[in-house]
Amino acid sequence: MSHDPWIWIAVFFTFCIFSFLYKDNPFYRFAEHLLIGVALGYQLPIFWKNVVGPKVILPLQNHEYWLIIPLCLGFLWLARLIPKYAWLSRWPMAFSLGTGAGIAIPLSLQASVFRQMQGTMLTKAMLSPSITPVIHIIGNIVMFVGVITTLIYFYFSVKHVGAVGKVARVGIWYIMLAFGATFGYTVMARVSLLIGRFQFLLHDWLGVID
Amino acid sequence: MNLLNKFMNMDRRWIYIITTICVIVPFIKPIGLPTYTTPPVKNLYDKVDNTPDGQAVLISLDFDASTLPELYPMAVTILKHCFEKNIKVIITSLYIQGVGIAQIALEDVKREFPDKKEGIDYTFLPFVIPQLSLVILGMGEDIHKTFPKDYYGTSIDSLPMMKEIRNFDQISVAISLAAGAVSRSWITYANQRYGASVAAGVTAVMAAENYPFLQTKQLIGMLGGLKGAAEYETLVEKKLNIKTRKAACIGMDAQSAVHIMMIVFIILGNIAYFVARRKK
Repeated sequence: MSHDPWIWIAVFFTFCIFSFLYKDNPFYRFAEHLLIGVALGYQLPIFWKNVVGPKVILPLQNHEYWLIIPLCLGFLWLARLIPKYAWLSRWPMAFSLGTGAGIAIPLSLQASVFRQMQGTMLTKAMLSPSITPVIHIIGNIVMFVGVITTLIYFYFSVKHVGAVGKVARVGIWYIMLAFGATFGYTVMARVSLLIGRFQFLLHDWLGVID
Repeated sequence: MNLLNKFMNMDRRWIYIITTICVIVPFIKPIGLPTYTTPPVKNLYDKVDNTPDGQAVLISLDFDASTLPELYPMAVTILKHCFEKNIKVIITSLYIQGVGIAQIALEDVKREFPDKKEGIDYTFLPFVIPQLSLVILGMGEDIHKTFPKDYYGTSIDSLPMMKEIRNFDQISVAISLAAGAVSRSWITYANQRYGASVAAGVTAVMAAENYPFLQTKQLIGMLGGLKGAAEYETLVEKKLNIKTRKAACIGMDAQSAVHIMMIVFIILGNIAYFVARRKK
């Protein structure tokens, strides 16, 4: 068993959080509030040391006065706290939204839409058994059908009856399979977190496993 | 009928107890279920393994303590792989809390590789600004300007290994170990804008979302959850003969046991539901 007091503190808070599985209680709430406080307390000094110091204070000391403009713009966010001047906070918001969208939209469109469309398109090589293994050819066709039928399911300008309805029905099956895969992965993720805690308890604290 | 009613109205705390037993028993009596390597993991391993001289592997620990059990073993194993093969590593984090985790991972691995020197074999870059897209774009232009100093306050220009490394052109692969959608930012800004090779180590929750990017080669490899970490650990042990504690592999027996339990409960729950419906 560990003699490290920090391990014992971590064990205490692990059990505080686990106690919620029985029912809500003051120990759980204490641990929850402490986590939020510690996380914020951890971030603030790093933010000050790594961002505000070298990016604002130091350049101003070096007479880079142009920084006053973005600094003032940043302070305008705080105008939201005064209802009479709250409208001033729209300026930094507009600036952030404008630059953020300008940077993100073209690249996101290319990365998440155009490249994905390109990846879905079937080429002669993708369907040729002499170039592509048969299992991959089947996979390519399954993927192609999946994308088309799912997109048709989300096309609501036409009633989902007749042929369109049948194709949309196939799309629903694909969506259900995607939900199933995501749910399976989610279970795996949550169990992994539990395993991590038990590894800590059995290895780091009790020392009963390698 | 009585038994059926009891089953349908079972207190959820019984399930917690059974789950706990399913996790603890395989730890104490390991079954040693085999772990098979999947292509996304093998691709990442090969990419790291074939890093040419003059290039480095970039590992970004974009997660906080809440996803430590899944992502921390990935960070440790990739670091061991790089150190064993004398591959230069740049470690950083786009999350404030990730920097502390990166430091712990580095210290853990350095215990096994005490001869590895900061600035020569690896460079630890600090958290710079909360806008992660700007950090990635900045690295694509010039790492030295984005990170003027390393985590320990030393000027980047003075570090021997960073003399030839300026941007993604000298990075063989940028690996984002991410709890959220940060790996998507690496794809969008590093791969799409600068053509960098990007790989992801993600929590299992995020794995399904990332598969389309593997198919389009926007991700050259991926480690999905604890299973992905276990696969990489197994590869490193087999190919490099590193015998150390394999945190992810140890957990895989428990993972499988809980999955079997879940499958059994889902089947039983469905049977009970349909039987109860028929009796109505």
